[in-house]
Amino acid sequence: MSEILSTAVVKQRSGLPKRLLGHDAIIIYTLILVIIIASFTVKFFAGPLTVGFLLIQVIPILLIAMPMALVIISEEIDLSVASIAGLTSAVMGVLWRDSGWDIGFVIVASIFVGVICGAFNGFLITVVGLPSLAVTIGTLALFRGLALVVIGDQKVANFPKELNQFVLSKIGATGIPVVMIFVVVIIAIFAIILHFTPFGRGLYALGHSKEAAAFVGIRVGVAKFWLFIGTGVVSSIVGVFLTLRLASAGPDNGTGMELSVIAAVLLGGVSIFGGRGTIPGVVGGVLLIGVLTYALRLAKVPETALIIVTGSLLVISVVAPSVTAWARERMRLARLHKEVQGSSTPGPISA
Amino acid sequence: MTTALHFFRARGVPVAGALVALIIVTSIVNPRFLSPQSVKDLMLNATIVIILAVGQALVIITRNVDLSIGSILGLVAFGTGSLFNAFPGVPIPLVFVAGMIFGALLGAINGFLVTAAKVPALVITLGTMYIFRGVLTSWAGSKQYFSGDNPKEFGALSVDTFFGFPIITLVAIVVVAAVALYMQYMRAGRDLYAIGSAPDAAKLFGIRVTPRVLAAFIASGALTGLAGVLYTSRYNSVGALTGTGLELDVVAAVVVGGVAISGGTGTVVGAAIGAVLLSTITSSLTATRVDKFWQQAIVGVLILSAILIDRIVSLRNAKKLRVSEARDV
Amino acid sequence: MATEPQNDSPVATNAVDAEVALSLRGASKSFGPVVALADGTIEVRHGEIHALVGENGAGKSTLVKILAGLYIPDAGDFRIGGQTVAFKSPADSKTAGISVIYQEPTLFPDLTVAENIFIGRQPRNRVGFIDRGEMRARARDLFTTLGVPIDPDRVAAGLSIADQQIIEIAKAISLDAKVLVMDEPTAALSGIEVERLFGVARNLRDKGAGILFISHRFEEVFALCDRITVMRDGRYIGVHTTADVTVPEIVKEMVGRELGALFPKEVAPIGATVLAVEGLTRAGVFSDITFEVRAGEIVALAGLVGAGRTEVARAIFGIDKYDAGSVTLNGRALKPHSPIAAITAGIGFVPEDRRQQGLVMELSVAKNATLTLRESLARFGLISGKRERAAATDWTARLQVKTSSQDYAVSTLSGGNQQKVVLAKWLATEPKLLIVDEPTRGIDVGTKAEVHRLLSDLAGRGIAIIMVSSELPEVLGMADRVLVMHEGRISEEFSREAATAENVMHAATAAREVA
Repeated sequence: MSEILSTAVVKQRSGLPKRLLGHDAIIIYTLILVIIIASFTVKFFAGPLTVGFLLIQVIPILLIAMPMALVIISEEIDLSVASIAGLTSAVMGVLWRDSGWDIGFVIVASIFVGVICGAFNGFLITVVGLPSLAVTIGTLALFRGLALVVIGDQKVANFPKELNQFVLSKIGATGIPVVMIFVVVIIAIFAIILHFTPFGRGLYALGHSKEAAAFVGIRVGVAKFWLFIGTGVVSSIVGVFLTLRLASAGPDNGTGMELSVIAAVLLGGVSIFGGRGTIPGVVGGVLLIGVLTYALRLAKVPETALIIVTGSLLVISVVAPSVTAWARERMRLARLHKEVQGSSTPGPISA
Repeated sequence: MTTALHFFRARGVPVAGALVALIIVTSIVNPRFLSPQSVKDLMLNATIVIILAVGQALVIITRNVDLSIGSILGLVAFGTGSLFNAFPGVPIPLVFVAGMIFGALLGAINGFLVTAAKVPALVITLGTMYIFRGVLTSWAGSKQYFSGDNPKEFGALSVDTFFGFPIITLVAIVVVAAVALYMQYMRAGRDLYAIGSAPDAAKLFGIRVTPRVLAAFIASGALTGLAGVLYTSRYNSVGALTGTGLELDVVAAVVVGGVAISGGTGTVVGAAIGAVLLSTITSSLTATRVDKFWQQAIVGVLILSAILIDRIVSLRNAKKLRVSEARDV
Repeated sequence: MATEPQNDSPVATNAVDAEVALSLRGASKSFGPVVALADGTIEVRHGEIHALVGENGAGKSTLVKILAGLYIPDAGDFRIGGQTVAFKSPADSKTAGISVIYQEPTLFPDLTVAENIFIGRQPRNRVGFIDRGEMRARARDLFTTLGVPIDPDRVAAGLSIADQQIIEIAKAISLDAKVLVMDEPTAALSGIEVERLFGVARNLRDKGAGILFISHRFEEVFALCDRITVMRDGRYIGVHTTADVTVPEIVKEMVGRELGALFPKEVAPIGATVLAVEGLTRAGVFSDITFEVRAGEIVALAGLVGAGRTEVARAIFGIDKYDAGSVTLNGRALKPHSPIAAITAGIGFVPEDRRQQGLVMELSVAKNATLTLRESLARFGLISGKRERAAATDWTARLQVKTSSQDYAVSTLSGGNQQKVVLAKWLATEPKLLIVDEPTRGIDVGTKAEVHRLLSDLAGRGIAIIMVSSELPEVLGMADRVLVMHEGRISEEFSREAATAENVMHAATAAREVA
């Protein structure tokens, strides 16, 4: 129905112009700009410790942003990711404290929590057919609640020191955390899936039109089910990571993370309406928010202002496309008017 | 007769039924649940959520959502405390007005961004939730205002009763009645349903969508402001963390009360009953000595059940309608 | 860009007492470099049903949108009842007395029928509250006038399209519409519903309303309308009194050239059985469907809307499930309810709804054309963009899809070219069986002929084709065999020689001789 109201001719750029002027590129330029400015104006930013601290902080968001991008491209959303991380952390804590299992076992069992949670979401959304926004608001509460039930308000802290140190360790003198290797692999996997596989092509189609996708043989329900398993598993991996990094298991590990992830993903060019977005863009979005937050923190800007910055970035990232579209439309109309009136009417020269 | 039938088919009835069942079961386990003091506490606890739920229902009916209400409530509550601190003699009605205006302004920011940017309200209010909370935290810092700092008459609103109902609860009931009437019997209210039911058709048909949606957000903000002022009256202290996480409970209440998350259906009365149900659960848990840690999980289960029921009902209705379609022409 | 056109008056005969309800002259509308309308001219009188015909891309829908207040024309003289008007919004158009009934009416599913009619102007009582009783009564009166019983208190969700249109018309009457614009209203209606709609239209005309009827179906145009305006390439071409003109003359004006046989199905060698459907049943939808299709054959599924033809096609392809029976392709049983299995086995499906089902409107032409080739273009599970583009270029060229660039979103193409993209997408999979559902619906005459020639060509190369169609001329011209469905069953089968419009229609309506 909305086609009746739209009047614009939509062209998708291709080739070099798309690469240089698209949303992804703008994010990358902004990121570089921020890094340059910060290096000059913020003390300690351009130092050797920056990379390490920055990346350690950004890793959880970066990881979850990967499957989340795919979920949003497929026109769904998952708000329960932080709660899955919290539940995983709680389960990990209780297992480690009470079960006597080897830590490796505990970690694997904890990641299994993510599989179950993701499958639960996936089942309600794809088999029962409930809207993902409502479902994941419900499971956000349910999983967080279960985390509370599992571990109460205690924390478990006596994890093996070697693991905590491993998680925080860096590659040689570069300052880059060792776990970054794992993270880069995950990013690469998702990038390949989205951009170079039939499945990825199918996702873009599905994100625009479920029906048309079904008619070319895409199994929409199955695809989406796996996407939610994806967010579930990666969220629980992050839950494990946070537990080991903080050397503490608790139900509120990762609270509020879903907002940062969604903010970063949207900032990175993924459309909330589905069907658009790229992995490089999302990585750029995560890094942009991460670098900005880090630099501001280093510049002794109060914590509260950082929250405002993240919120504002989210709002700007979704409002900006509408504003630029509106501005473009105005310029086009102005140009048309000018052509119609000819040179007989003096008027402002449109850019 | 048709009106009665419609009443029974509406979602408010099962929710009210669940509420009654819950009260009965709890009072069997713990008879003191129905003591006057306990009932009064129930009503007091429900008041804030009821008012919030009414506001959120307006927004959800238009196919939007407002996740920033927790932050708005916190801002107004802290603002109320600050107002009393700065001007101890300020007349209480003025405080209410100021609070509602403050809330309305914040709601207007949300509404303006949603209607101007044509971006889903989910995303916008996610952002403003952050922004408003950040503003509150930097404003309040670690300061807190306590109920002792407020004028006695103000706190008394939450203690004194009128025919057995606490004054603030009466306020809530009046609010529900007024908004419900508006939504059923005023054209602007019906327009909200139309906008949520088929947004494109609404635009096509000439309904002024932007002003209506903006008004819904402003009304929700004003009601949240009212709830914020009442919060300061009811609770011990207000500070930077006031209202955190409330949005989840309110959305749960509204959804449980029969307002579909996709908009277009549901009633304000249903949302209010959902709010009562949710706050009763908390009290029930305490009364039956169930671990309070279960509360979050129960809220989650309730939300999921509500959406599930909605889906089943709508599928059944669709089948019934299709069957009754077969007429001889 | 637009200048005031110097047109002859569009009035072909003496304007007697007939008051002009609506007059549009020389309207133009462009979007950037795209000229959607160059000379929109039409005059609708009170008490007439006026047809507007033209190929896709002729500018009809742009003209309608100008009438509806959705577009503001760049230039043009627009008068309602003699008064010049300039609409800024759809609301202005409604206030001026124009009501548009679209092909897919949009009601508010969660509101009642009565409220749908009166939304925004519900009757109020003395206190200022909405008076529901009054609203219900008025709605009942409207339906009585129209002669169609619909319960005003029922929720609009789930109503048939035919009923929804009646409600839209009721809405228009209650708005005192002076001009009723009907945009392809019969596309989704069965024969009986069409008759009911025509009855309502004639009724309104006799009461003095002016009706603008846009349609591709000449039988309907000639049966219903008093005058016909023809458009071509965004311009007004001419207006005729229906009684004084013939279909070939109208077609010639629309197309600008003589058209030979519109539906040339060449004789092709018929080969072995490709598809065998046995006892296919789905409770409440269709039952005991048994037929075969052989290589080189075009089998048409004819019947009224609602007879179950599309449902059978969808079940064969796997979009819908079925409860009993079997489908065999080239001897091998086909897994039910699995489109991917059907595609792998060699079936292609051009669906009824091009915009929602056949194409992903926001994606480019290239991406749409290669959507079916996802798997086959992949090496070691990975797709290269270069090979994708090469395949897209190849197939869009073969079908002569007219587009400035493959990278334009497919929504910018005309209906005919869009359909060609859908066909390209399926032909690229080299199917053994092609199912086409209403292949030329909403397509201009020129492209229609191209599509028919293509289907004939495919049959000649040994592909088996099932064609679901509601257009009798198309069915009679293209099919080697006609299977007529009625209320979920195959009621009759005709060979090419035996099929006539009368006996097909009769088989389609068999048991409908109701009291």
